[in-house]
Amino acid sequence: MSAEAAVAGAGGGKGYLAERGWRSWAFTLDHKRIGVMYLCTTIAFFLLGGVFALLLRLELLSPQARYFSNHTYNVFFTLHGAMMIFLFIIPAIPSGLGNFFIPLHLGARDVAFPRLNLASFWIFAAGFLVILGSLVAPMDTGWTFYTPYSAKTKAAVTTLSLGVFLIGMSSILTGLNFIVTIHKMRAPGMTWHRMPLFLWSMYATSIIQVVATPVVGVTFLLLAAERVLGVGFFDPAKGGDPVLFQHFFWFYSHPVVYVMILPAMGIISEVIPVFSRKPIFGYKAIAYSSLAIAFLGFLVWAHHMFTSGMSPLANAIFSFMTFFVAVPTAVKVFNWIATLYKGSITFESPMLYSLTFIFLFIIGGLTGPFLGALATNVQLHDTYFVVAHFHYTMMGGTVMGFFAGLHYWFPKMTGRMLNEKVARVAWALVFLGFNVTFFTMFIVGVRGMPRRYAEYLPKFHTENVVSTIGSAIMAAGILVMVWNFVQGLRNGAKAGANPWRSLTLEWRAASPPETENFHEIPQVDDWPYGYGTRGTGKEGR
Amino acid sequence: MDNVLAFGAASAEAGKVDAVFVLITVIGGFFFLLTQGLLIFFAVRYRRRTPGVDNETPAITGNHLLEFLWILIPSVVVLVIFYYGWRVYADMRTPRAGATEVYVTGSQWMWEVKYPDGRTAINEVRVPRGKPVKFLLTASDVIHGFYLPDFRVKMDAIPGRLTTLWVQPDRPGKYPIYCTVYCGDGHSNMNAQLVVMDPDEYAEWARGGDEKGKEDEPLPKRGERLVNKAGCLNCHAISGKEKIGPNLQGVFGSKVPLEDGKSVTADEEYLRESLVDPGAKIVKGYPNVMPTYKTSMKPGEVQAIVEYMKTLK
Repeated sequence: MSAEAAVAGAGGGKGYLAERGWRSWAFTLDHKRIGVMYLCTTIAFFLLGGVFALLLRLELLSPQARYFSNHTYNVFFTLHGAMMIFLFIIPAIPSGLGNFFIPLHLGARDVAFPRLNLASFWIFAAGFLVILGSLVAPMDTGWTFYTPYSAKTKAAVTTLSLGVFLIGMSSILTGLNFIVTIHKMRAPGMTWHRMPLFLWSMYATSIIQVVATPVVGVTFLLLAAERVLGVGFFDPAKGGDPVLFQHFFWFYSHPVVYVMILPAMGIISEVIPVFSRKPIFGYKAIAYSSLAIAFLGFLVWAHHMFTSGMSPLANAIFSFMTFFVAVPTAVKVFNWIATLYKGSITFESPMLYSLTFIFLFIIGGLTGPFLGALATNVQLHDTYFVVAHFHYTMMGGTVMGFFAGLHYWFPKMTGRMLNEKVARVAWALVFLGFNVTFFTMFIVGVRGMPRRYAEYLPKFHTENVVSTIGSAIMAAGILVMVWNFVQGLRNGAKAGANPWRSLTLEWRAASPPETENFHEIPQVDDWPYGYGTRGTGKEGR
Repeated sequence: MDNVLAFGAASAEAGKVDAVFVLITVIGGFFFLLTQGLLIFFAVRYRRRTPGVDNETPAITGNHLLEFLWILIPSVVVLVIFYYGWRVYADMRTPRAGATEVYVTGSQWMWEVKYPDGRTAINEVRVPRGKPVKFLLTASDVIHGFYLPDFRVKMDAIPGRLTTLWVQPDRPGKYPIYCTVYCGDGHSNMNAQLVVMDPDEYAEWARGGDEKGKEDEPLPKRGERLVNKAGCLNCHAISGKEKIGPNLQGVFGSKVPLEDGKSVTADEEYLRESLVDPGAKIVKGYPNVMPTYKTSMKPGEVQAIVEYMKTLK
């Protein structure tokens, strides 16, 4: 420990976890503790959302309703979607890992507004409590809340949308906090182009959160006004338009898919060079493509609505724009692969999950043009093809990136190492199970099976059985992973300050870091990707 | 395997959609092999050979020509895909002259079909082969999605609007219609079919309807046929497990508890009223979602269904 302690300058300081008692958590202003609270909450909702997914798959073993009524099935897919989106995948990386690592990456002692940060967490907590409160009359609208159905159903739509409103408010405040933090709190010498790419992706993410989230907040207020006060924004009988809701909804919910994927891309950009022992290839291309994605992501929302009766011209424009989101995304993938070239690659669990991210995200990405092209979209829209596509990007992408980040930073967050052998078993099960579950959905989607079907025609039976088997394999993998985390926390070998020999600043702090991260604010005089044994790693940036 | 790409396309236009699908598959397949091939090849080829000792690695940080190429090439490729997808789509959206028109209204949970000459049907659209058909879609309650997988088309049916969709069926046969916009408990049961008939047969059917010549059929038998045809069984079970609406078995003559706390004996008049004005007396514990059959069923047909229900003991 002594050598690393010297590096960390962390002689007698205590780790951030030293203080005990609930007050030390509930009132903490430490970005690391707030990050840990977010992580624990979001992981709990990931597991709960996963249980709903398994129940859906269980029901789909049989073409006819067997275990649950149609209504119960509809509630399950709504809760699966709403929890995974609003309570797991949007907050998990930005608010969880982002809170923990943005200040450490910057060489800062905390975020710009620590009290606001704590307020964000408690608003988030209020939001998920309200969402759990809506379970008295559980939502059955799908996570998309489409009117007029959502305006008519007896389920607790108003309560749930109030919960999402609060979650959104928390998301805006966190985004604002991060933008200011990245602008104002970089360590001396850390120019924009010396920032780790995780920060670039978090910066782009935060911009989307601040700009797009208010729209969904307003949309849910309009929906509440429709349900409670009878105002007819979306009711054609009162002069409203149900399709307007879809425009409002996707104006937020499309950009927000980049809130989900960009942070994961940031993690991949950190892990790949460390485990290839090579500088990242095309730093600026990766950094600016994040901003390009954030910008273009605002101009494509109506590609979710090609069959909603929009004019063919409007459809053509949105299809055209959609294809151009593909370009900066492809640029990132090419740069990651080029980073591997002539590297010295090792396959510890963070790298395994990062390579899995690239592998699965390529499939998710290449199935995008089928949905972006108008002719094929009309055929595939609202079928299982779409379900497969977004699970490949969101679970194969974001969740694998999240897993990569959890394995990469576990030693830093807890001061302990994970058991690599167990981590590999979990990885293998997740990888196998994921592909069996979701690749099958491409096939059944092309064959015409619509999504959100509690019952289906017997001709789709085989694919559904295979998919359910896959989901069980994946669930086993995730259980092994959780078990490994618990074992690592209790019995893991002590981690040094920098077990992966990484050059970003968080590894100069102790594992786990002290309360204010650094004894002395580090001085930065180079970018953090100077790996490579030949050359200086500076040319051509 | 029905309805897999390029198999079972039921019209020339559907074949063009499949061609776009094949084009994207070929281009995507090429980039799949290229990127996954390099990913796996680099990962294996450049793995660390000696445990604990890094390979010597060059400090390559980028290449402007490569960055330029891998922005340019994907941009061109996506433009091609966009253009082709848009052209085929534009043709799909432009109805041909002389199309047969059919009005279709989605309601929870059935499709009501109206022909301009006054014929009506439920969950079944009959059209002649070889002639364009234009569907004029709307919905009475929430948004539904009208999806003809064999024709590679779908369009949302939206309350307060008329949306359109056209196809030109080439081959006689029965093609499924699914609802693709989630619309509640009966969403996955909102199945209907498009029946493409030879022109002669169609003309014959259009003159008399398929009820012609069946007026002297015994009422319960006719009722059974109508119940099967009109989509009643999407929501009502006649044996076994409960569906969305009340089970019809043994209803006749029973005491039915109502939502307002009263109860009613299910006699012939109650059954008739429940068909033509379903909201009049709501059975306790069931949602008031059944659409009225007032316009789509003739009095004789209602009588036949009532008689059939008497036989469900």
